Amino acid sequence: MLKDITIGQYFPGQSILHEMDPRMKIVLTTVYIIMLFAASNPLGLCVSIPFLVLAYGVSRIPAVMILRSLKPVLPIIIFTSLLNMFFIDGQVLWQLGFLKITLQGLTTAIVMSIRILFLIAGTSLLTYTTSPIALTDGIERLFSPLKRLKLPVHELAMMMTIALRFIPTLVEETDKIMSAQKARGADMESGGLTRRAKALIPILIPLFVSAFRRADELALAMECRCYRGGEGRTRMKQLKIHSRDIFCAIFVGVCFAAVIAINLWAPVVLTMR
Amino acid sequence: MIAIKAQELTYTYSVGTPFEKTAVDHINLEIEQGEFVGVIGHTGSGKSTLIQHFNGLLKPTSGKIYINGTDLWAEDTVRRAYRVKVGLVCQYPEFRLFEETVYKDIAFGPGNMGLSPAEIDQRVRQAAAAVGLKPKTLDSSPFELSGGQKRRVAIAGVLAMEPDILILDEPTAGLDPKGREQILSLIKAYHKQRRNTILLVSHSMEDIAKYAKKVLVLSKAGVVMYDDVANVFSRAKEIEKIGLSVPQITRVFELLRDQGYPVSDSIYTLEYAKQELLRMLEERGVPHA
Amino acid sequence: MEDIITAREITFGYPKENNQIQLVLRGVSLTIQEGEFVAILGHNGSGKSTIAKHMNAILVPNEGTMTVCGIDTKDEEKLYDIRRQVGMVFQNPDNQIVATIVEEDVAFGPENMGVEPSRIRELVDQSLEDVGMSEYKHHAPHQLSGGQKQRVAIAGIIAMRPRCIVLDEPTAMLDPKGRREVMRTIQRLNRENSITIVLITHYMEEAAKAGRVVVMDDGQILYDDTPKHVFSHVRELKEVGLDVPQATELCYELRQAGYDLPEDILTEEECAQALCHLLERGKAV
Repeated sequence: MLKDITIGQYFPGQSILHEMDPRMKIVLTTVYIIMLFAASNPLGLCVSIPFLVLAYGVSRIPAVMILRSLKPVLPIIIFTSLLNMFFIDGQVLWQLGFLKITLQGLTTAIVMSIRILFLIAGTSLLTYTTSPIALTDGIERLFSPLKRLKLPVHELAMMMTIALRFIPTLVEETDKIMSAQKARGADMESGGLTRRAKALIPILIPLFVSAFRRADELALAMECRCYRGGEGRTRMKQLKIHSRDIFCAIFVGVCFAAVIAINLWAPVVLTMR
Repeated sequence: MIAIKAQELTYTYSVGTPFEKTAVDHINLEIEQGEFVGVIGHTGSGKSTLIQHFNGLLKPTSGKIYINGTDLWAEDTVRRAYRVKVGLVCQYPEFRLFEETVYKDIAFGPGNMGLSPAEIDQRVRQAAAAVGLKPKTLDSSPFELSGGQKRRVAIAGVLAMEPDILILDEPTAGLDPKGREQILSLIKAYHKQRRNTILLVSHSMEDIAKYAKKVLVLSKAGVVMYDDVANVFSRAKEIEKIGLSVPQITRVFELLRDQGYPVSDSIYTLEYAKQELLRMLEERGVPHA
Repeated sequence: MEDIITAREITFGYPKENNQIQLVLRGVSLTIQEGEFVAILGHNGSGKSTIAKHMNAILVPNEGTMTVCGIDTKDEEKLYDIRRQVGMVFQNPDNQIVATIVEEDVAFGPENMGVEPSRIRELVDQSLEDVGMSEYKHHAPHQLSGGQKQRVAIAGIIAMRPRCIVLDEPTAMLDPKGRREVMRTIQRLNRENSITIVLITHYMEEAAKAGRVVVMDDGQILYDDTPKHVFSHVRELKEVGLDVPQATELCYELRQAGYDLPEDILTEEECAQALCHLLERGKAV
């Protein structure tokens, strides 16, 4: 169960997407998100289809991974779809008592669902193709101008790296603690809410104790490796904008332009509300 | 009576994904009640997976597991009852302590079994005594104790459940020689007193040779040998072939045999070795210095 | 040979509740020369980890002086000069790996030191080569075995090109295979890269591989000699909660029974050979 979490899971590879500059990837992902929300026309959203197919194809991330990343958001999608379907006024398609489904409600539900699905599929691609350290590196450098405003950009990035590094370790640890307490007869599957919450104590306390111990030891190990914050630090991997980054930027730019064009000139019938 | 019986036991991790891996492959095994079994096998041999089946933490992908003759997975109600009949002391158990006092932590297991407060109290005190904890330690916080003492508290927490079968997964990992010796002797004493079944997982062949009566050798998800200590260590060459070692003393005698000396092939403790050599030296009339 | 670590009469203690001091080191003097492989043995609480922590100024002595690479460890200005030259590897490999990719973790030290990017690349590749982990450079740490993680941790230290590595029970949490991997790596670094090694351990088999063994008990040095000489004190070592190899103990027991066997037996080969000699003498009579 715990092992299904894929956020922050990187799939090593050598594709164009893997090799791209993380800063460019972050910028383009942001553009992609804006594009999804700018597309007021379902046809505009369809532009994402070739975009995603191409991106996943090039990066060679198995299609199963898309499904896996979508699984956790399914409840949200279903919930918002239901709300949209039943509570938006318009041309009534079906009615039972106070419940009614309208054409507008249905289209909004579909468009919103597709939008969220595309959003997750697209943004997961960023974490799948970018090692967490490259990602934080990208964020750090993108935001480095903010250092002048006394924002602790390096420290935040370092915190993120360490968090990402320790997620698998702590997940494994949780599994082990759960087995150990189950072996001592702990019951975590039955009982009411308060009982279940209480049953978490034997898991949470050892987990916290261990996390603090690890933090302590890690801090010492980092100091021993001459870490003293971001000042005077160099990086092994230098970030450079290559032709492939420009190429990808142009591709995303074209997609964005297409969405705008569709918004402006596509048949009015298809636009929502 | 048969305490643990595995029948064609198979367990596969992550079925249907690219990470699919069979960790236990059609294992058949019978362990008699009251045995002291040493379990050896290197990391990835399937020993951790196997022992997690004995108390129902893992459900076999196929095959059956019987504890005291009862099929663990036949009925759901059976399993929790058996989980406490088979006590498992996991690796680094001191990292799973959580209560405010040592007393409360040891009482966690018995408490989960729904025993009466008087019964719990008696069990906690008995278990604490069995691992050599002083009564005044019971009121202190488990987090203030030394590493070795924390480990004793964790072991007491399982002993207090009075399991019929006690499984210890590397109970001496990370301890110094003295701490190792102390933990193993108290387990031995506990076994002698209660005559329950004990499974001891360890990487130290010297410890296995010294404390266990039988040895279960696992390799590549299967059982390679299950026999008396002497018989297992007399097959030193086979054991070394699967990447495990035998006690150093056994290797010394293997070398002596290779040199043509008629020494026994089932020497596995220092005491035996000393006696065997003294006998030979005597026979040959080797002069004292 | 230049002295790399010199402890002069150092005393160290932690404050206790009632304003007293719990002494951990009681006047330890020790000199380690460049290129040596020294094992420090002792049971838990003997002070062996505490002395290790003095070697790269994690701790500083209450009394006495600790000089590392010619620098007094009390000189806070030069803290990083010491740490650059004396690297430290800890017990739990999981808690000293910072990055999520092996090679990026190895680069962490040199990056902190402000080394040129192209030079870091060379150092990282060379260090991974030295510990035999080159093929794993793009792996995530949690995909590695304990022994492999510990080798990555060692690579992370040698990428800083230290003169000395102090390893604080690096094998305590590993299985026998991992332990062998780490020991082989340490021995090679000492032999081929001439890095001074200080190995803190309670495994005799490991200490036996060192050129010099220091035995600690109750905050003091009990023995400081070659492994063969140290391990001949079987009874004394057992008294301070340590263990000797079975081969050594067997010869000791037979010597006690009045037979003539050498005092410096460590390995099974040496033991078997000595026993053959002894048995032959009987036949000749």
